[in-house]
Amino acid sequence: MEVLDIIKPENQVFCKSKLMTDTPLSYCPGCGHGTAHNLVMEVIEELGITADTIGVAPVGCSVLAYEFMNIDMSQAAHGRAPAVATGIARTWPEKYVFTYQGDGDLAAIGTAETIHACNRGENIVIIFVNNGIYGMTGGQMAPTTLKGMRTSTSPYGRDVETMGSPIKMTELVAHLPGVYFATRHAVHTHKHARKAKKAIKKAFENTRLKKGLSFVEIVSNCNSGWKMTPIESNEWMADNMFPYYQLGDIKVNGKLK
Amino acid sequence: MAELKLMKGNEALAEAAIRVGVDAYFGYPITPQSEVIEYLMTQRPEERTGMVVLQAESEVAAINMVYGAASTGKRVMTSSSSPGISLKLEGISYLAGAELPAVIVNVVRAGPGLGTIQPAQGDYFQSVKGGGHGDYKLYVLAPASVQEMSDFVEDAYAIAYKYRAPVLILSDGLIGQMMEKVVLKDQKERLSDEELIKKYDDWATTGKTDRPRNVITSLNLQPDKMELRVRKLSKKYEQMEKEDLRYEKINCDDADYLFVAYGSSARIAQKAVQLGREKGIKIGLLRPITLFPFPKPPLFELADQVKGILSVELSAGQMVEDVRLAVEHKVPVEHFGRSGGMIHTPEEILEALEEKIIKNGSIRHHKTRESSIL
Repeated sequence: MEVLDIIKPENQVFCKSKLMTDTPLSYCPGCGHGTAHNLVMEVIEELGITADTIGVAPVGCSVLAYEFMNIDMSQAAHGRAPAVATGIARTWPEKYVFTYQGDGDLAAIGTAETIHACNRGENIVIIFVNNGIYGMTGGQMAPTTLKGMRTSTSPYGRDVETMGSPIKMTELVAHLPGVYFATRHAVHTHKHARKAKKAIKKAFENTRLKKGLSFVEIVSNCNSGWKMTPIESNEWMADNMFPYYQLGDIKVNGKLK
Repeated sequence: MAELKLMKGNEALAEAAIRVGVDAYFGYPITPQSEVIEYLMTQRPEERTGMVVLQAESEVAAINMVYGAASTGKRVMTSSSSPGISLKLEGISYLAGAELPAVIVNVVRAGPGLGTIQPAQGDYFQSVKGGGHGDYKLYVLAPASVQEMSDFVEDAYAIAYKYRAPVLILSDGLIGQMMEKVVLKDQKERLSDEELIKKYDDWATTGKTDRPRNVITSLNLQPDKMELRVRKLSKKYEQMEKEDLRYEKINCDDADYLFVAYGSSARIAQKAVQLGREKGIKIGLLRPITLFPFPKPPLFELADQVKGILSVELSAGQMVEDVRLAVEHKVPVEHFGRSGGMIHTPEEILEALEEKIIKNGSIRHHKTRESSIL
């Protein structure tokens, strides 16, 4: 690819959205959160819905999402973002409401809120960043930690006999009638980021059409928590996470794939 | 036109929520307060005023729905009973920390644990001493009648928006379940979205226009900034004490002895005042209407006039600690109260005054004072 091809607007997946603030990201270098943030902001910018969008930040690495996203945001208690989003979406049915949550937040402490917001078909978007670990608290086991994966609370590897199996949230919620769109993506390459952005855009368009809940999982890396270099972590993710958390659409337009 | 009706306390509160223009109610069933959401669902408030009513999957979800709607400036309410309020406390701490206006109703039942569904006042500490984590207080209103269950809804919102703070209506199973006549106020219009945005545009997360973005959070990772937030909250609580303390004095002018009681216990104690006076004992009643702020100044003054005080509460003895703090050992203060869902009679209260206060006229050293646990 020539330089002139790269700078064509449709190929630019890495420029900073105007809706990202100038606050330096608090994420570790190499982490996928920055790209995921930027994609969500690009979509909101392109759809021209800034004045009608309210985001809900979680507890976890992205607790400070509101420092980086230049939109109105409410920061929720750990796991409760789908309930907070419900409160907003029900009282402002014409607004675009999204949550941005990690795996510990969404799939452990917030499982009830996630399942029930999905089951009610709340007209919101859930962006679920799954890196298989608790990043902020220092690399503990998450509900999505892979079998045999070492973390600070599974130092000899996740034993599924005693610790349970990694939970596939997107497949799980896709079976609920309230979920209109369930899809899984990654953001570690330009190609993947472009696809993820397309899915995020579709999710927000579903909100406009009042179709119910759109659930976009982004399988991402945690180079610090996984104790790898950023490049190693992305390779490890492709080799180990993707076979278990397969990328692609799981439910589109209310129909399971 | 104001309307006179015979209603349960819980229903009167729910009807008042519709009439004062509450935008949303999020709740979860629990005895003895389920009538609140049942009544709201029956009334079709979405048609009457456009009010949203949603049954959440848990008390935890309900309080966080409240947090979401409140962060956009909407008038929002939740209600529950004791075990459910314990679950909501995380969310209540977040509401206080993020400075959000909201009204929470606790129709208290006996605890600890699952306890029983019968009335009690054992959530006093939980209500006025924080309850959730961190440096915060709740403004606490204690209704003593079905009329006050109705009236305090509007009062609670006035305080919630004056201070941008959560307000608790602390009722109990007795006030919630009993039927009395109640004068219902006229229907008020809900704020339109445009009016709301105009009014709360400096903080509410309704969507970023050309103003700087609004953020609702209770997080301050830098301790110096977090301390400033705590100080800001403390200032609000000081102002509440100065400007919004509420209490009622009944037969206090010539009183030799004093009952201090709120909510259902105040109703029962009022009868005990009458029984005492029929026997020639001049008793008065100080009824705290707000439990925080607590009526410390009038109690401190009355302590110069009366010979002793009996704190009456449907608990093992919680409010008595605040009464003792308020009177600063000027006169003997003892607790009386049934608990576990048992309800004291006026005769029992009067007898307790005679036994615990009148017979033992002087201030006793704390080592010889009987335990406040009945």
